[in-house]
Amino acid sequence: MDLAHFLDTFFRPDLIRSSIPLIGKGMLITIQIAVAVVITGFALGFALAILRARGMRAINALIIVFVDVLRALPPLVPVLLIYFGLPGLGINLSSFAVLWLVLSLVLAAFVEEIVWAGILSVRKGQWDAARSTGLGFLPMLTHVILPQAVRLTIPPLTNRTIAITKNTALGTVIGVGEILNQATTAVSFSGNATPLMVGAVAYLIIFIPVVMLGGWIERRFAWKRA
Amino acid sequence: MPLEGTAAPILDVRRLVKSYGTVQVLRSVDLAVRPSELVFVIGPSGSGKSTLLRCCNRLEEPDSGQIIVDGSDMLAASTDLAAMRLKIGMVFQSFNLSPHMTALGNVTLALRKVLRLARAEADDRGRAALDRVGLADKTGAYPSELSGGQQQRVAIARCLALEPKIVLFDEPTSALDPELVGSVLAVMRDLKVQGMTMVVVSHEMRFARDAADRVIFMDKGVIVEQGTPAAIFGAPQEERTRAFVAEIMR
Repeated sequence: MDLAHFLDTFFRPDLIRSSIPLIGKGMLITIQIAVAVVITGFALGFALAILRARGMRAINALIIVFVDVLRALPPLVPVLLIYFGLPGLGINLSSFAVLWLVLSLVLAAFVEEIVWAGILSVRKGQWDAARSTGLGFLPMLTHVILPQAVRLTIPPLTNRTIAITKNTALGTVIGVGEILNQATTAVSFSGNATPLMVGAVAYLIIFIPVVMLGGWIERRFAWKRA
Repeated sequence: MPLEGTAAPILDVRRLVKSYGTVQVLRSVDLAVRPSELVFVIGPSGSGKSTLLRCCNRLEEPDSGQIIVDGSDMLAASTDLAAMRLKIGMVFQSFNLSPHMTALGNVTLALRKVLRLARAEADDRGRAALDRVGLADKTGAYPSELSGGQQQRVAIARCLALEPKIVLFDEPTSALDPELVGSVLAVMRDLKVQGMTMVVVSHEMRFARDAADRVIFMDKGVIVEQGTPAAIFGAPQEERTRAFVAEIMR
């Protein structure tokens, strides 16, 4: 294999040029889904962790089932299940909506588990002190417990966020026009891997800043323990 | 021993019972604390001292009995627990300051979130409380920047800012290096002079001798004996008290 052959397979200039607009469109969609998933996934995950901290047995059992099922399943399975199953029930969601919904639920499951572990790691005395000054459940959680819990969980939360948002690539199987979908389409037209390479670069453009942001947040919120 | 004085007790505990599983930690404890009284509770570990304090503001739920604070039934279903807890301050062995908040932030949290004071007013009250414990210059310090003694004084200020009727101290100096104990005891002594009602679980016998109005000896979940410091330390009546006092005075 010589260099020219290699370049011709992965970096054909005309294909780079022609795939950039498509991949750009895919990037927009990938970013949209990723942002939507992060917002709803974190909101739901935090809400579930807070609910679990209330300690109501029946509800906690449901939360644990939800979390364990979604953490155990490969995300592609619920994506396909919902995309092909819901129309049978008369519910028609766009492929974009299905991908957003499933990834949000998966992220929520992981966020709940991580935040819950963080909540458990906060020393019992912190709860005692908050309760002894008359704080109610929500102010106690939001002002005393969660700020401590979350700082401990920022590394796993950022790792998981990156892992789940990269799963936007699963959208390609149900026809969401995100990066990978655009790239594979272009590949099938050209019979050359160059559009996939452009897609790979597009992922790096999106996710390297996310990885760096995660590192910055970890340093920013690190604090000395008393 | 009958109580002297006629003022209605600030804290009135009657026939308090608490078990963990099959272990009875408190077996019908009665305790009445009058205004401005400093009651010292001593006893071997596992005697139920801390549990008694923690039941008084319902950090632990007692199994049965009565707890009256400032005339209100602490255990009634209709009790506004948050409002009642404002009347009973609690100081913990491990300070339990929140590490992500400054001294002033720790002291003002309940002022803002429970009493719903505006930030400026809460800050004023918080600064005044920190001033009372000699930490006016540490308002902006985080717990990690303070010594153990300073942290415990911030925790005391956190109580005082809420203007409680009574403060419960659960081994307030046990986690401190010996040279830092004095500063905390000095603050407690000031409070005593200012007329604060206090119940103190502690092993600081010298302080008990100097400052306590009454010393209670607990063992195995019951109050074995109580009296003036001179009576309990000098001439204990019960064998168990004698043995304990002899042990700690060695």
